[in-house]
Amino acid sequence: MFSTYPGQVVVDHPISVPIEHRFDPYVDNGGTLLSIAGEDFCVVAADTRQSEGYSINSRYVPKSVKLSDKTVISMGGCYADCLTLTKRIQQSMEWYQHAHGKTMSTAAVAQMLSIMLYQKRFFPFYSWCILGGLDEEGKGAVYTYDPVGSYERETCRCAGSASALIQPFLDNQINFKNQETQKHTQSLEKVLRITKDSFTSATERDIYTGDYLEIFVITSKGVEVQKMDLKKD
Amino acid sequence: MFRNQYDNDISTWSPQGRLHQIEYALEAVKQGSASVGLRSDTHVVLLGLKRSSGELASHQQKLFRIDNHVGIAIAGLVSDARVLSNFMRTECMKSKMMYDRPMPGSRLVNLIGDKAQINTQNYGRRPYGVGLLVASYDEGTGPHLYECLPNANCLEYYAISIGAKSQSAKTYLEKFIKDFGAADVDTLIMHGLHALRETLQQDKELNINNCSIGIVGKGENWRTIEGEDLKKYLDQLETGAPTTETTEELPQGEAMDTE
Repeated sequence: MFSTYPGQVVVDHPISVPIEHRFDPYVDNGGTLLSIAGEDFCVVAADTRQSEGYSINSRYVPKSVKLSDKTVISMGGCYADCLTLTKRIQQSMEWYQHAHGKTMSTAAVAQMLSIMLYQKRFFPFYSWCILGGLDEEGKGAVYTYDPVGSYERETCRCAGSASALIQPFLDNQINFKNQETQKHTQSLEKVLRITKDSFTSATERDIYTGDYLEIFVITSKGVEVQKMDLKKD
Repeated sequence: MFRNQYDNDISTWSPQGRLHQIEYALEAVKQGSASVGLRSDTHVVLLGLKRSSGELASHQQKLFRIDNHVGIAIAGLVSDARVLSNFMRTECMKSKMMYDRPMPGSRLVNLIGDKAQINTQNYGRRPYGVGLLVASYDEGTGPHLYECLPNANCLEYYAISIGAKSQSAKTYLEKFIKDFGAADVDTLIMHGLHALRETLQQDKELNINNCSIGIVGKGENWRTIEGEDLKKYLDQLETGAPTTETTEELPQGEAMDTE
């Protein structure tokens, strides 16, 4: 049979052993998202693969949602939590519209999201949120969150399974960290190029990233969506 | 003669089989300024005559957005209207959350009817003192126009008017009803403005401050036309009466429905 060590007790009848059952509500559906703020634009990009463990649930489930003409939100983590959180944000934005007769500004949505996340401090939404859009002056804005609502405005951020691969690249190429190039703001074309290259590279090394890439570009003209293929292996 | 004995609360019938409190509530609607609604095969248009308490005051809002595909016009107690419109907004959001599709207009209106009925049967409550014209565009069935009153009746119409001097507007609408179905949005609006004008007092006129227009329809979310944007329609109002005339006799004016 199987190998034994001296003194080990071997029995030939079934033994019952207590197994701890716990409520395990969270599931990681993987995927990667990023957002980069420009001078007068904002880019929010996310892959569309949804996984569970080593399996793929779907090759096309978008992680980003357009909240208004100047705000897009992207969420990674547990897709069920992301979905419900998105619906709650949309409802709150609609109440705001009813009460004030205008769309919520990006900064207002940012603050509200932080409050909403902290309200579930003791049973959190397992979602890594990035809010991208234009601020009231028309400049690009990116707000990053942790699952319980800590938030900050930044120039660029990557979240999700391949964030450790992409974020350093973004720090170097967008914020010119650790190199002698003069700081300057990148054009939309350059930012899109950096975004696409980030994802194609991440797809190579991260198993949870791939299939399709959806890019939301927010400008004063509105929100434009681009979709491109990523490797499906 | 016996009205005074049987009209103190909602849960008392009169010997004639009437609930006078409901009829008094309907009076509140008739005292409000006029609202008009009419629909074509593709759109619904609501119009409201905004009253102002004086030179220094603003004009009272008559149109409320409920959802992308639903809007209402009110006549009567504005505070009751706000409560009901809040209720409608909540129900529309709940429906969208639950079933991932916009709330059908007929279902929404039935919810209002059920809510209003509670106040006509429980002791100590009072009926809502506001009439609503509900305009909705449903994906499958198209445009719909409903009238919701304090008596909890919710009925569907091709065209309707509520509030002060609304019978005059109804007479106009009945005259031109045959033209509404195929009309385009602008023609529908002009018909609505003509109907609304009928409800004005002798020396008053429609201007950019005292009226507002709401439209919902195929491919178009609910939107309102207020202020300066009304000019192009009001200018057309001056230049003439509608071009199509029906040849049949005008229907006899009926007494105001007090049911």
